[in-house]
Amino acid sequence: MTEVSPARPDRPADVSTPAPRLPLGWIKRDHLIYLASVAGLIVLWHVIATTFFKPQFFPPPLVVLATGREMLESGELMEHVNISLQRILAGFLIGSAIAAPVGLLMGYIPIVRAIFDPYVQFFRFVPSLAWLTPVVIWFGIGETPKILIIVYTTIFIVLINTMVGVSHIAPNKLRAAACLGAGPIQAFLFVTLPAALPFILTGMRLAMGNSFATVISAEMIAADSGLGYLIFNSRLWMATDKIFIGIVCLGALGLTADRFFRYLIVRFAHQYGPIE
Amino acid sequence: MIEELLVARDVSYQYTARRGVEPVSVLRRFSVSLTEGEFFCLLGPSGCGKTTVLNLMAGFLEPAGGTLTLAGRPIRGPGVDRTVVFQGDDALFNWLRTIDNVAFGLRMQGMSKERRHAVAREYLHLVHLDGQENKYPGELSGGMKQRVQIARVLASDPKMLLMDEPFGALDAQTRGRMQSELVEIWRKTGKTIVFITHDITEAVLLADRVGVMTKGPESRLGAIIPVDLPRPRRRSTPGFGEMWEHINALIENEEAAGHD
Repeated sequence: MTEVSPARPDRPADVSTPAPRLPLGWIKRDHLIYLASVAGLIVLWHVIATTFFKPQFFPPPLVVLATGREMLESGELMEHVNISLQRILAGFLIGSAIAAPVGLLMGYIPIVRAIFDPYVQFFRFVPSLAWLTPVVIWFGIGETPKILIIVYTTIFIVLINTMVGVSHIAPNKLRAAACLGAGPIQAFLFVTLPAALPFILTGMRLAMGNSFATVISAEMIAADSGLGYLIFNSRLWMATDKIFIGIVCLGALGLTADRFFRYLIVRFAHQYGPIE
Repeated sequence: MIEELLVARDVSYQYTARRGVEPVSVLRRFSVSLTEGEFFCLLGPSGCGKTTVLNLMAGFLEPAGGTLTLAGRPIRGPGVDRTVVFQGDDALFNWLRTIDNVAFGLRMQGMSKERRHAVAREYLHLVHLDGQENKYPGELSGGMKQRVQIARVLASDPKMLLMDEPFGALDAQTRGRMQSELVEIWRKTGKTIVFITHDITEAVLLADRVGVMTKGPESRLGAIIPVDLPRPRRRSTPGFGEMWEHINALIENEEAAGHD
């Protein structure tokens, strides 16, 4: 399947050097190791689950797979996945849209920083879940409270990263812009904003990870749908296989979302600085 | 008639006191008068406040006392008539391609993209960076980055260039080439240049006049030495060694004596 073609005399195969631009050379050692590593974990899971536990306490991978297929066919799984993803996406985007401009202005204009800094420094230590009950009381049990909780989580991460980004701009860049004729607004738009962009994107990437954690907690406590609800509700029926489906979905979705975000950064913002 | 372009008269500057730190008086009664079109090198022991002088001329700092005028008008804040070439490459906009770095000043003036790119290309040609328009600063060598900086400040057509040890971080080979190219650019454009260095050889190679600063704190301009060696200069130019020794002796005296 991924067999390496025999080395041609004019172009010896170099397995150790990754060659990401060649479509066939792309599937090389690193990818095989990756696949082997994933397969190894599944085998380990199987061995441990079947050796030490009853299937209802620790379902082996094949049982989870079967349950997953059932849930897919009934539509139950996608319903939970969709609702969780929608909440994450809405909260993450709204939070980032608020935090990035505020963070930029806080970093750029001392008085804005002086005004907002006390709130930021205080509330960033209050976990979003502490707000769950008041938010449910104020906004009911619909979508709003869950999205608000994710907005809250996202804001502080993106905002603080953005501020750090602004404070990391080399003073020489702003001085150069000033003596090239840029006024304060131009310097902000053409220097501060692009220079801080890698930090904003990094903040957003971190915030997305946190959004996954937050939505699950919120759904466990106050929801009747979503992956968090699935995981928590299954405990009532001792449906450990469904819990595992939830766990696998979370990991896979988080990983995919992160990869996708990183792809967007590399594709559209590579010149703003390396993001790892 | 020779015009006085930039005049500093009895300029003083001190860094403000912070908690536990006494205010440091960097400059005291610093005076200099630069004529239009000259290449002036400011030389001095490290920590004597050379960069502070440049920052005052650029308008990044305000003098605590004395006056700084450009063509008779007091300097207030940075301006496009005095553009700065910084020592480090962190002054380049790393998210912009070379051509857009060079065209940045023109963009601030509201020039159309087509026109400012045409102007930028001319200046890239002047600094021998043809064909590098679409590279990002991160893809350029140290010498090329400094060329981008030089092209960038020239594109705004300033009256003078303020250069803060622009070749200090380059290797000896590149440095030598950049020095002769800078003299070439200076001859072609006729700009007034203030060039800060702590390298006597560099100063003698480049300058019409070398100003030697006294040791800090409270430094001022000590001697001004006209360098009337023929151009283009090399280390082997007759009189070069004597000039070097002369300036070196001044600096050594300065370092031995301290400030008066």
